[in-house]
Amino acid sequence: MKSSVIVFPGSNCDRDVAVALEKFKIKNEMVWHDEVALPKCDLVVLPGGFSYGDYLRTGCIASKSRIINSIVEHAKKGGLILGICNGFQILIETGLLPGTLLRNKKLKFISKNIFLKVINTDNNFCTNYKNKNIIELPIAHNEGNFFGNNNLINKLEDNNLIAFKYCDNKGKIEKESNPNGSSNNIAGILNNNKNILGMMPHPERLIDPLLSGEDGSLLFTSLLKS
Amino acid sequence: MKISSEIINKHGINSKEYKKIVNLIGRDPNLLELGIFSAMWNEHCSYKSSKKYLRTLPTKNSKVIQGPGENAGVIDIEDNDALVFKIESHNHPSFIEPYQGAATGVGGILRDIFTMGARPIATLNSIHFGSPSHPKTKNLLSGVVSGIGGYGNCIGIPTIGGEVKFDSSYNENILVNAMAVGLTKKNKIFYSKAEGINKSVIYVGSKTGRDGIHGASMASAEFDDDADEKKPTVQVGDPFTEKLLLEACLELMKDNSIISIQDMGAAGLTSSSVEMASKGNLGIEINLNKIPCREKKMTPYEMMLSESQERMLLIINSGKEENAKKIFTKWGLDFSVIGKTTNTKNLVLNFDEEKVADLPLTALSVDAPVYDRKWKKNSNSNKKNYPKNYQEKKLYESLQKILISPNNSEKSWIWEQYDQTVMGDSIQKPGGDSGVIRIHGKNKGVALTVDSSSHYCLANSISGGKQVVCEAWRNLISAGSTPIAITNCLNFGNPEKEEIMGQFVETIDGISQACRYLNFPVVSGNVSFYNETKNKAISPTPTIGGVGLIKNLDNVMTKNFKEIGNHILIIGKTLGHLNQSEFFREVLNFKEGPPPDTNLFNEKNNGLAILNLISNKLVSSVHDVSSGGILLALSEMGIQNKIGALIKLPKNNVKIHEYLFGEDQSRYIIEVKERNMKKTSKILKDNNIYFEKIGITQKSFIEIKNILKADLNDLEKLNKYWFNNYFNESI
Repeated sequence: MKSSVIVFPGSNCDRDVAVALEKFKIKNEMVWHDEVALPKCDLVVLPGGFSYGDYLRTGCIASKSRIINSIVEHAKKGGLILGICNGFQILIETGLLPGTLLRNKKLKFISKNIFLKVINTDNNFCTNYKNKNIIELPIAHNEGNFFGNNNLINKLEDNNLIAFKYCDNKGKIEKESNPNGSSNNIAGILNNNKNILGMMPHPERLIDPLLSGEDGSLLFTSLLKS
Repeated sequence: MKISSEIINKHGINSKEYKKIVNLIGRDPNLLELGIFSAMWNEHCSYKSSKKYLRTLPTKNSKVIQGPGENAGVIDIEDNDALVFKIESHNHPSFIEPYQGAATGVGGILRDIFTMGARPIATLNSIHFGSPSHPKTKNLLSGVVSGIGGYGNCIGIPTIGGEVKFDSSYNENILVNAMAVGLTKKNKIFYSKAEGINKSVIYVGSKTGRDGIHGASMASAEFDDDADEKKPTVQVGDPFTEKLLLEACLELMKDNSIISIQDMGAAGLTSSSVEMASKGNLGIEINLNKIPCREKKMTPYEMMLSESQERMLLIINSGKEENAKKIFTKWGLDFSVIGKTTNTKNLVLNFDEEKVADLPLTALSVDAPVYDRKWKKNSNSNKKNYPKNYQEKKLYESLQKILISPNNSEKSWIWEQYDQTVMGDSIQKPGGDSGVIRIHGKNKGVALTVDSSSHYCLANSISGGKQVVCEAWRNLISAGSTPIAITNCLNFGNPEKEEIMGQFVETIDGISQACRYLNFPVVSGNVSFYNETKNKAISPTPTIGGVGLIKNLDNVMTKNFKEIGNHILIIGKTLGHLNQSEFFREVLNFKEGPPPDTNLFNEKNNGLAILNLISNKLVSSVHDVSSGGILLALSEMGIQNKIGALIKLPKNNVKIHEYLFGEDQSRYIIEVKERNMKKTSKILKDNNIYFEKIGITQKSFIEIKNILKADLNDLEKLNKYWFNNYFNESI
């Protein structure tokens, strides 16, 4: 398994996710946004951060980067793409994933651990969550409030394209366990072919028992199987 | 053209100082030169009122690599790793424009860290506001918090700790103190001292604009009614550019291109060029036409005094210019060779092919005025004083009042706006006694804390100064770390007033005593005077940023009770000092009398014994007992895991309010398993440590038989209530 982590000006979780990939024996290469072509790889990771300072609109300027064309090609060929936090925002701006990420409902940055229910475990990113589908991960974002019109939300629900939903520690999905106001508590979604995952929580930040948990590890070990 | 006395006054230079300038340079300065003097001679840059006393602080121990005088202090944390850290104030700008003031405070301190070659790995902050009911407080608090978050989150450095306090003395002068910590290798530390003649002086980073002109001078004067008119002196931050600058500088630092590097902070291009050249005993010549400007028709005066952010000055080895340029261009940053080092020992500025300033560097640096200001003792009033009938106060109601008070409330409303987990090494997040960051890729870490206790310092500056250093020491010990060194941020009123100067002199005395005794030196810091509006000064507020090393992360310690049925011990003697306690202040609104004094022998002895217990794996949790006393400390230990305590009061002469709310220093509460009790008692006895067994851990309640029974769920709700209520948010 080979991965490419794309580094945009202002990415700040690029190192963290590279550390996680390497920990789970995925051979990784860092790729500067200004490159034209991707190195040969199975997985492209768009890391968290504030690409281009989040100026204009989160993820918007990054979605016009030179490397993006080859990422779209990679997607078309069925290659895997994981967008975390700002990476998710970039995927939406490129049109690879649907919907919009609005500012958090309380208009404040939120950094804390939250609980997630893994809704779809039948994809390359989540197979190892089959036996543990209530997990804890950190979020750290200002624009993570996923919004879509009724058609889109119904489509995502009906086609089982929602990967994660915010829940409480017992797995109950309700308003109280929704940290940012996302429609239907959505925390991460897949594309139709399920080769692209965008998610607001940070799996790369919880891969170590010393850091109060390892629920992020299962995402990376799932990728190894694919 | 001779400059009018009105203009000289406006530059914050008095007539004596002006005469000194004329003497030093042998003529009247022109306006640009006057501006440069004003930037270098103001309190903020020259430390003219504080220098005499700062020199008395201990600054060395076997771990210190670099003490005060550089961009930041550096300590040795073994295995060729070096830790770089500093705390700095951004008080005046934050009051005028809270978001940008606080944001650029974070930006400035981060630059101090990576200027020295270190990648920042954590930030902390200490912020003080006026009374919550003051009309400005809510806006200032939310502005400052989003400013700190806005900058730190964007760059991607975790905020790992901090403190927030309210007191009416800050109504018109808030405090924003930001601390940053970075990691480098011992053989990869960069300094600001220039070396060699004819070396290229290079400007990198953002363009220079008209923002922040005279910012440092603004921070060297009191506010009056026109504080709002000073908005243009506040800098505007761009964390995105700072992130690029950080990465570009660290990339360039990989080889030996850089001779010296200095960020353009207070007094911008002026102070950076003067500091680099004068430290190297060289001269410097700058062509101002080469300065990248954001706005058209900027004058030399504006360029030299602008405090635009995210800029650096480099002096690099001959032949390395091209490679350096490539790196900065890749990151989309301006790069301009603006001048060279010379042997003239003068600062020479050229503009439009004309020499517009020529000043001896010594006049700007070593010859700057130093004052021996008059001061008045503030440490006389040690007479204890008690409010009426305080012993009739109900214990539970008093605890409730303390828990729900703004100063003692849980602060997650604030820290959840700061990214605490980016970089993936945050072992202990805000809310504990210290933050703990792992050294990347290793099984060791550093504990970090910031502390202040201004009402102690107001009541007795020597005791207060001592206490605040000890508080930081205790917080580091409680996390299982060996304290190494501190950085300090000294926030005071107008030093031209004898009583304020007295607070400063005595606080330094207290800090100095504690640092010396604990072998806990000061390696960096700053002084912020003139935190005063219309003659009303803030309480003296020294903020201490402490750093400790945890050699083995298996020994990291937390304050939360871990399991039911363990013994609870108090280390250190409880005499019941109630003056200046939270009980007197919050419950009885009684603010007279002296703060508790700190016995440094006990402080050191108790602390080292705790470390001994931790390294022998004998304790399950540790928490220091500080403001609020034993009862608040027990509640704080219980809330997280809902494991409480069944307490039996020891038989001694201390009355119950005194015992439970007293704020005697040098104390800890520890949790010990039955099977570890024997060994624990032995170690404590062998080291002559005073301790009391006060009870055992139990489920859900803090309880004193027949006297008090408090449900931890209720205490948690109370503790979390205030902030959400203040900002009108549902929990």
